[in-house]
Amino acid sequence: MFESIAKIIECEKKDNIPFWECIQNDDCKENNMSKEQSFAKMANLYKVMKEADKNYNDKLFSQSGLVGTDGKKLKDACEKGDLICGDFIGKVMERAVKMAESNACMKRIVAAPTAGSCGVIPAVFITAQEKLGYSDDEMTKAMYVAAGIGEVIASRAFLAGAAGGCQAEIGSASSMAAGALCYLRGGDGNMIAHAAALAMKSLLGLACDPVAGLVEVPCVKRNVIGAVNAMTASDMAFAGIESKIPPDEVFDAMRTIGKSLPDDIKETGKGGLAATPTGVAIKEKISF
Amino acid sequence: MNIFDIIGPVMVGPSSSHTAGAVRIGLISRRLFGKEIKEAKIFFSGSFLDTGKGHGTDKALLAGLLGMKVDDENIPKSFEIAKDKGVKFSFSGIDLGDVHPNTVKLVLSGDKDVKPLEIIASSIGGGRIQVNELDGIQVNFCGDYPTLIVHNVDKPGHVTEVTSLLAHENINLATMQLYRKSRTGGNAVMVIECDSEVPEHIISYLRYMSGILRVTYLSMED
Repeated sequence: MFESIAKIIECEKKDNIPFWECIQNDDCKENNMSKEQSFAKMANLYKVMKEADKNYNDKLFSQSGLVGTDGKKLKDACEKGDLICGDFIGKVMERAVKMAESNACMKRIVAAPTAGSCGVIPAVFITAQEKLGYSDDEMTKAMYVAAGIGEVIASRAFLAGAAGGCQAEIGSASSMAAGALCYLRGGDGNMIAHAAALAMKSLLGLACDPVAGLVEVPCVKRNVIGAVNAMTASDMAFAGIESKIPPDEVFDAMRTIGKSLPDDIKETGKGGLAATPTGVAIKEKISF
Repeated sequence: MNIFDIIGPVMVGPSSSHTAGAVRIGLISRRLFGKEIKEAKIFFSGSFLDTGKGHGTDKALLAGLLGMKVDDENIPKSFEIAKDKGVKFSFSGIDLGDVHPNTVKLVLSGDKDVKPLEIIASSIGGGRIQVNELDGIQVNFCGDYPTLIVHNVDKPGHVTEVTSLLAHENINLATMQLYRKSRTGGNAVMVIECDSEVPEHIISYLRYMSGILRVTYLSMED
């Protein structure tokens, strides 16, 4: 298991194999799986993401009634040309909200890396594939890139809001998506690394403060910033901008920040937005 | 850890701990019970009790007890499905003391001649779970491996008998734990997580061995 991005880049250079394949080889060896089995499993995860995107139900609300139907609002506004962000970012936003709403409404999703952040990677991946025409095989390879970045984050920091705040969930998803998008556009390990670092840096310190303790407010819309931040980080890296702090050190910083965040803003539903007068009133109103 | 723990699992939302973990607790409890469930009494504690309803923890747990897996789209309909199948179920709160925040106690019963089973289990994050207690005796296993649970008289030799039987079948042990309530006159429990499935004839053989009181087997196969 890779514990640093630097090690993946070293593998890429030393063995002269692509970034994604370093991650695949390492995982297959460690878990005694054939490359074919592994690739088929990863391809299926992407297929399930696309199905989940298609299966969005624009009439459903979550059990609490707090979230639902906002994906449709974005879709309608995008189709009318009302979004200042334009069609492409509009579509990314729409997909991120739809997937996160599907999750809140007990529909089938792929945790990537968590259920609460499940909208980020599909929003970036599916919309990029639609625009740039990548094959499903290429998308599957990009899934390995995302998973490899996630694996490094998991080993150096954390992926759970309860452990490190929302930076560990949305921040990690965004970092994974940014690196993977760079890979799809032909970036090498270095560029992937800078994209992942730039994305994470912009979300460091993000609190996990869900209203009433539910994966709904503000989680659903945080998927939007995670996805859009991945696009901008990938563009910055692609333009040649480098992160002054290398990704492994950025992930270490995420860990120390997560450690020093108070428990009230680590998925306990006690602090931040959950503790606002409106947040408290919502919690009291949701009577089960 | 592997990369499919990072991206994945495919699951029904909204929460890996409060929904997917709850389905797995239900499913593993069903397998541990091993007979048709007629009634399930479910007692939630801690965060399961506080936020469970909004996370669909109740529906998820019942879905697992009915045999559904974490990605089954019928999970939200588990109450109706249980009613159709004639499975009785009830939910209430309980204080289990100093346990993991996401912990549940289950009391499962079947036909009159089947002994009910009491289980305490926790959802420990990312959909992973831990079984903490079986029929009042402390255990500790995660349900990721084929698991053999043997209740025996607390006398020398039973561990050797069981493990040599497994060795003859070429079954490698992943972990092994021994528990007992007290030194005097009690029964003991061994929990053995294996790298491969234990065949049915070995389990039947174990059940007939003297000094073995009860054998429970958790298979990873459906």
